[in-house]
Amino acid sequence: MSYQIVVCGGIVPDPLQTLEPVAGPAGPALKNEMMLPAVLDPWAGHALYEAANLAQKMPGAKVYLVSLGPKAKLQQVMMNIAQKAPFELVALDGAAGGFTDAQETAAALAEAIQAIPGLDRNKLLLFGGWESATRGAGATLQIVGELLGIADQFQGVDELKVQPDGSLEVLERIEGGKHQMSACAGPPAVLGWATGSLPEPRNNPQVGMQNMRAIMPALQKAKPVKTGAGGLVFKSVALPKQQRQTRIVKDTPAEEIAREIVAWISE
Amino acid sequence: MEDILFLAFTESDGTLSQAAREVLGAVRELGGTLRVALAGAQTQPAAAALANCGAAKFLAVTGPEFAQARYATDAAAAEALCRASGASVVVVPSNSRSARVMPGVAHRLGGRVDSHITAITADGQLNVTRWYYRQRMEAVVERAQRPWVLLLEPGCHAPYQGTGGSPQVHAVTVALAKNHQRTQVTGVRAPATDEQTIRPDAKLLFVAGAGWTKKQADGQIHGAEAEQLILGFLGSSGASLGGSKSLVEQSGEGQAVLRFMTHLNQIGQTGATPRHPKGLATCCHGEEPHVVGWRFIHERRAVNLDANCGWARGKADVLYVADAFEVMRKVNALLKAHAAPSA
Repeated sequence: MSYQIVVCGGIVPDPLQTLEPVAGPAGPALKNEMMLPAVLDPWAGHALYEAANLAQKMPGAKVYLVSLGPKAKLQQVMMNIAQKAPFELVALDGAAGGFTDAQETAAALAEAIQAIPGLDRNKLLLFGGWESATRGAGATLQIVGELLGIADQFQGVDELKVQPDGSLEVLERIEGGKHQMSACAGPPAVLGWATGSLPEPRNNPQVGMQNMRAIMPALQKAKPVKTGAGGLVFKSVALPKQQRQTRIVKDTPAEEIAREIVAWISE
Repeated sequence: MEDILFLAFTESDGTLSQAAREVLGAVRELGGTLRVALAGAQTQPAAAALANCGAAKFLAVTGPEFAQARYATDAAAAEALCRASGASVVVVPSNSRSARVMPGVAHRLGGRVDSHITAITADGQLNVTRWYYRQRMEAVVERAQRPWVLLLEPGCHAPYQGTGGSPQVHAVTVALAKNHQRTQVTGVRAPATDEQTIRPDAKLLFVAGAGWTKKQADGQIHGAEAEQLILGFLGSSGASLGGSKSLVEQSGEGQAVLRFMTHLNQIGQTGATPRHPKGLATCCHGEEPHVVGWRFIHERRAVNLDANCGWARGKADVLYVADAFEVMRKVNALLKAHAAPSA
């Protein structure tokens, strides 16, 4: 079967940046939010790389990346991501911060997916990260799946194998460092990826050039969408305050440190 | 006052997990009218255990087709229970099973969902606390939309410990279509008992950083000894193992690796934020293990060679400036001596 793999992937502030909440006109926001460098959401990135890897093995398969974010930021991130894997971008121009509501984001994504020309839902695998690094709700993908009428959903996916009969074998993370194994009859299905098993692909300039030909027009025609807090009222947003008074132990024999550690863990 | 539904999926033997009882303990303090909804292959043992929890009504979806943690059937069961209860607020234990389905269920009900909740308070209106940007900032929020589905994290409240009884349980029927069972759960893949390094109930989280696989003072990498020391410590202390992102990802980059370390061990931005009373970080020098991965660790100590490690200072209670190899050799020897029977 030639799958149509749609990856929902947002953009997030670079995890190495210092983040500070501030009060904005429409609710909480990040200080200097538009100035912060952005990256593709880490778990969505894993989903994209898994999608590209699967598509490479399945003749006729195609990967779409549906991404909602401020257009300028999307362009910045796509310059890098385009070199990693072949995909067709569906861009939505709107707020991508953590203080937006999953329901509104999901509605915008679902509408964009439904508008993809020639999309066959019987061949559809809807990929994404199982949570974002912004809102971190783990809710958007399930709601997109519901809006698209997909009743086979998996979250925390680390492995997907297509069986000879076309069924899908899925490994999902569950409690205690274990995986639940499932067999799904086939598409359509929603798969919210955890880290999967693939490393980040090396940059491939040829893939980048090929992607960018379509990415720039896609960015130019990015549909503006309005996403907000969706009825969520923020009474406070704050950085955790506790700064610990760290006791520094140095120039101390390892044996003495070991005794202290053993006594502490035995308490 | 809200009409509150406590909803939980039962374990394979029909009982409730500790995490579910914790959520019930929290829900009972919110006031309002409490209802209990259970779903699973068996629900009677759980209902009996909660008989005196103060619920006005018990509802259950019971049957072998609800034994599997499968989206289609779980969502159908949860949706039916929520509709039958008519509750305005639905509180659910946050675990892999409920987190998979409850956002979809909230959508079907025309409501809203908020997940990873760490506290719920009711002072005239319901306020919930949750973290944003991967545990970097904490927010208190409220909503006007109902029904409001809340997934409460484990470890945030004392579990309900009531006496049992024989409550009247109203069976809720769910008509399943053929496509509800396109997916079959075929099993659980778990590491062998002696290889299991993730122990959610452990008192101590041991975090290993990339320093374990770097060149040591003699200019050599001691990967095999690092493995031996870490596994030895896990074995004798019963600790759970966490790893920094850089260490976990080394396997994909062709560098020296700790063979038992997988992405499941990863803590931080793209990993877990586990809950343990104590944490000991070794050879870690980054923000992620010390800030994000440690968010819910109460007592924290670190061993590394850099007295000025900006992330350990201010985040750990104690920073031992020492060679982790040397310290852990001694720690393991002491633990072994403690465990050995006296002559």
